[in-house]
Amino acid sequence: MPNPTTSLLSIRGLVKHFDISGGLLDQLTLEKGRLRRRRTTVKALNDVSFEIRRGETLSVVGESGCGKSTLARTVIGLYPPNRGQVIYGDQRIDHLTARQMLPFRRRMQMIFQDPYASLNPRMTVARILEEPVIFHNPGMSAAAAAEKVADVMDQVGVDPKWADRYPHEFSGGQRQRISIARALMVDPEFIVADEPVSALDVSIQAQILNLLMDAQEQRGLTYLFITHDLSVVRHISTRVAVMYLGTLCELAPAASIFNQPRHPYTQALLSAIPRLGEQRSRHIRLKGEVPTPIHLPSGCVFHGRCLYADERCRQEVPTATPLGPDGLVACHRVAEGKM
Amino acid sequence: MTHLLEVENLEVRFALRFGDLTAIDDISFHLDKKEKLGIVGESGAGKSVTGFAIINLLSKPGYIAGGRIRFEGREISRLSAEALRQIRGNRISMIFQDPMMTLNPVLTIGTQMVETVLAHRRVGKAEARALALEKLRKVYIPSPEKRLDQYPHEMSGGMRQRIVIAIALLTDPALIIADEPTTALDVTIQAGIMELLTELCETEEMGLILITHDLAVVSQVTERIAVMYAGRIIETGYTADIVAHPRHPYTIGLINSLPGLRQAGSRLEQIPGMMPNLTAIPAGCAFHPRCFLATPECRAARPELVAVNGGRQWAACHRLELTAGRNLLHH
Repeated sequence: MPNPTTSLLSIRGLVKHFDISGGLLDQLTLEKGRLRRRRTTVKALNDVSFEIRRGETLSVVGESGCGKSTLARTVIGLYPPNRGQVIYGDQRIDHLTARQMLPFRRRMQMIFQDPYASLNPRMTVARILEEPVIFHNPGMSAAAAAEKVADVMDQVGVDPKWADRYPHEFSGGQRQRISIARALMVDPEFIVADEPVSALDVSIQAQILNLLMDAQEQRGLTYLFITHDLSVVRHISTRVAVMYLGTLCELAPAASIFNQPRHPYTQALLSAIPRLGEQRSRHIRLKGEVPTPIHLPSGCVFHGRCLYADERCRQEVPTATPLGPDGLVACHRVAEGKM
Repeated sequence: MTHLLEVENLEVRFALRFGDLTAIDDISFHLDKKEKLGIVGESGAGKSVTGFAIINLLSKPGYIAGGRIRFEGREISRLSAEALRQIRGNRISMIFQDPMMTLNPVLTIGTQMVETVLAHRRVGKAEARALALEKLRKVYIPSPEKRLDQYPHEMSGGMRQRIVIAIALLTDPALIIADEPTTALDVTIQAGIMELLTELCETEEMGLILITHDLAVVSQVTERIAVMYAGRIIETGYTADIVAHPRHPYTIGLINSLPGLRQAGSRLEQIPGMMPNLTAIPAGCAFHPRCFLATPECRAARPELVAVNGGRQWAACHRLELTAGRNLLHH
């Protein structure tokens, strides 16, 4: 069992598959003169387990289609998992009814990538920010709500006198500040941020990252941070989880994953980060391309592209085994002590 | 000696109902064969408009209001549509950010490539197809014969961008303008595409203009860069020098705000405020409202580019004496 004093949230054996086969007619195919029905499923998450500790920033990185956003949405309860558990504190929350989930919803909030799509264009900033507090505290007076709005706006660096404006009147960076304010309104302890700075220019990105780090320090927040930008990850994370094709490859403290990546995929991924002022990147070239999550490879999902794969990797799925006190790695080569 | 491309005092405006907006204000740069120039800046700085202006792809209400663009010794900014066709897509090719938008989804790769060859060369279909195969091999597309009969949706994003590059190579251009070519791609794919572009500049003896917001990518690929802000080049010169000792406060701020360089977890240096809208560019130095060194002079007079660091870089700032002697990479 996870230790509830250090672990805020843990996931065990999480599986999420999406059926994309469409209607009955779309599923029918003719094979050797016989009509057959075939289903197509995208295997977005396959048996992922780890825990998020209180007060840390756990970043999940990986390339498009690796399942990182599905993971974020399953953790916060936007998608029900097909199998596995999500445990918040000491309580399992993945199978709760909407009513039972309410107290947890207040404790967990989410920030999305696109501040143009995630703020309702027909609501003023004041209404966008009030809505969650009033929903979670039905007895709250209008004056108290307004005071809270002004307070939080001030904290995220948006002048409270703009509360009666609409989202389109703000720039992208300002809008992302408003999204963060909305998440902070209910005083959560856990925030899932899905690519919160990816749509922003570099100079604005720094402003938002500083704001997120300040909010964490002042409020003792725990973050699950989803991003593809590895230099951002290096800067803000306590620990980093690397995903490939719906599977967790490696999880380790940020410093050790960047200095000494163990999993062959982590090594390749990190070697491809462009670094300022380095003449030419010496990146590890992987063979082939990422397979589709519809037809997963046998054994280790990475074996077809791995420089070190052997027969065992083609046959047997590696399990994530502890690596030091804070890490996990899922690789036969590492387990055999050959990496 | 004439350069492959020479842009002098280029000015681009957009004619709008309430008057003209100046999107590009008096910029100059040049490029030689096999040379790679990066144009860097944030959204709205004018970097894409610069790329479009070179091949005259500006659509109304945009127009070139002044300046000269000389390509292979010839003035090309005021050519007729017919004469321009000899150059655009032929001697100069352009690559865009999203390969799915550039490729026609209902035509096979082969059809699109043959079409491009036939538009520019008087050759037969078989010959055009052979040329297409040759270029697909150059960009390392595996089993190119098979790919010719496939549609864009059957390929991954990285593969599509390689095909777009192969199409750009069909006419043996002397210059490629790549506008954010890897922004939509994952880092491992990006590294491969950048390596390919660098290699092609050498083997095909082409010049490359790389337009991007990503300073790190530019610093690895290009020999020289031009940093743009609000329609002007505010710093330019050799990439290695600028990255190590930027002199314009905006370039300094931009590099300092990158998360990769600082102690993990420390506060990132941020540039206050945001880039001005083109309708309200501040007087004097356009950067002065955000600048930590601004003085009344910066508000009154617009600084011109001046040579610093023995001519290895040029910066447009009134307070250059204060930005000398810093090395950002070794904090």
